Amino acid sequence: MNQILAQARRALVTLACAFLAVAAAPALAQEAPDAMVKRVSQEVLEIIKNDPKVQAGDQARIREVIESRLVPNFDFTRMTALAMGRNWAKASPDQQKRLADEFRSLLVRTYSGALVQYRNQTIDYKPLRADAAATDVTVRTEVVRPGQSPVQIDYSLSKGASGWKASDVVVGGVSLVTNYRDEFNEQIRQGGVDGLIASLAARNKGGAAK
Amino acid sequence: MIELRSVVPALAAIALAAAVSGCATTQDGSAPSRADPFEPWNRAMYAIHEPIDTNVVRPFAQAWVDYVPSPVRSAVHTFFGNIEDGFSAFNGLLQGKWEKAGNDLGRITVNMWGFGLIDIASDAGIPKGDEDFGQTFGFWGIPQGPYLFVPLMGPTTLRDGTGVVIRYYLGPITYAVNDVPLRNVLYFLGGLDLRAEALDAQKVVDQAAIDRYTFIRRAYLQRREYLVHDGNPPKKEDDE
Repeated sequence: MNQILAQARRALVTLACAFLAVAAAPALAQEAPDAMVKRVSQEVLEIIKNDPKVQAGDQARIREVIESRLVPNFDFTRMTALAMGRNWAKASPDQQKRLADEFRSLLVRTYSGALVQYRNQTIDYKPLRADAAATDVTVRTEVVRPGQSPVQIDYSLSKGASGWKASDVVVGGVSLVTNYRDEFNEQIRQGGVDGLIASLAARNKGGAAK
Repeated sequence: MIELRSVVPALAAIALAAAVSGCATTQDGSAPSRADPFEPWNRAMYAIHEPIDTNVVRPFAQAWVDYVPSPVRSAVHTFFGNIEDGFSAFNGLLQGKWEKAGNDLGRITVNMWGFGLIDIASDAGIPKGDEDFGQTFGFWGIPQGPYLFVPLMGPTTLRDGTGVVIRYYLGPITYAVNDVPLRNVLYFLGGLDLRAEALDAQKVVDQAAIDRYTFIRRAYLQRREYLVHDGNPPKKEDDE
């Protein structure tokens, strides 16, 4: 009797597991934003710690890691629009595209320089406080560094057709995106939208030559 | 650590000159930003600061990081860190942030077991505080006042700069160490430690900025606003 019950229970458990797996499959396809931030940052940290080329400061390899692992998770058009503020509407679709391309290059370059600095640091992932239906969320993390105050790194993410994409990274209260607004405003005031595109392009070329 | 005697006259001179040049800016068509009414003066100060920093201060700090063994640097950092932990605790108390102040005092106590030279507290997971007088004034509702760029010291505001002056006025190295050469060595090491801390951030700024002056200003003001509100600054539409 007991054996039959045990067998039945095992069968039920198996069935339940199968159900859960099926139900979970679409959920996995639509990865939660905090899970995404954790997965991507852990993947990248893993590479930084273990890839000999990255550790040796090989810029080409570092850029490749950023292009393949980080870039697909960012919405650069949205980031550029945020950095531009009111001026975004003044740019033509063609100018907007060129701006987003140049801004993307600038951020990738900046990240390439910053990424190698991550050593002896651990990341705490804060629980996500957001509605299940929310399409804009902030994922909070804290980087703990020995002998220094911890730094909060917050990621703003928005849900689009292709899942969650990040539109800002706020490091210790400093937004990577809106920090450019004063500079962008200034460039546009001096030389219009084309002036800003030109100075971004010049900055990107100059940095590559260094 | 910047010596007090050089900071006070510098700040006084800047406040005065800024007040004078501020009048000039409003007449010359360009609209100075609200946070930085003395921009032309500040840019001139930045132009003085940058070559000194690039050619003298920064190479010293870089050599410190490159050639001095990490345990030595970490001992120096922890030594000065104890003093800053004390100021952080004091400012935590001034703002009624008992838990933060408790952490800071706890850090000092725990680190005494390492003679103040080994950061046992960090290993034990006691977070390092970051309160200062500028944040206390901000917590009390005092506005930041005009943005100022001070050569060798860097970006600040009237409020935060006043906090820095008070902090260095309180010492304690100025009072505790009577031997002048030793005191100067301590000032030098403290300054080196402080500057070395900022090397990584500076590399990012060098990569990221189109105009460093503007980039640093925005980053500094964002950072201070964030610190005053302990990580939850009020949302505002800063779409100018």
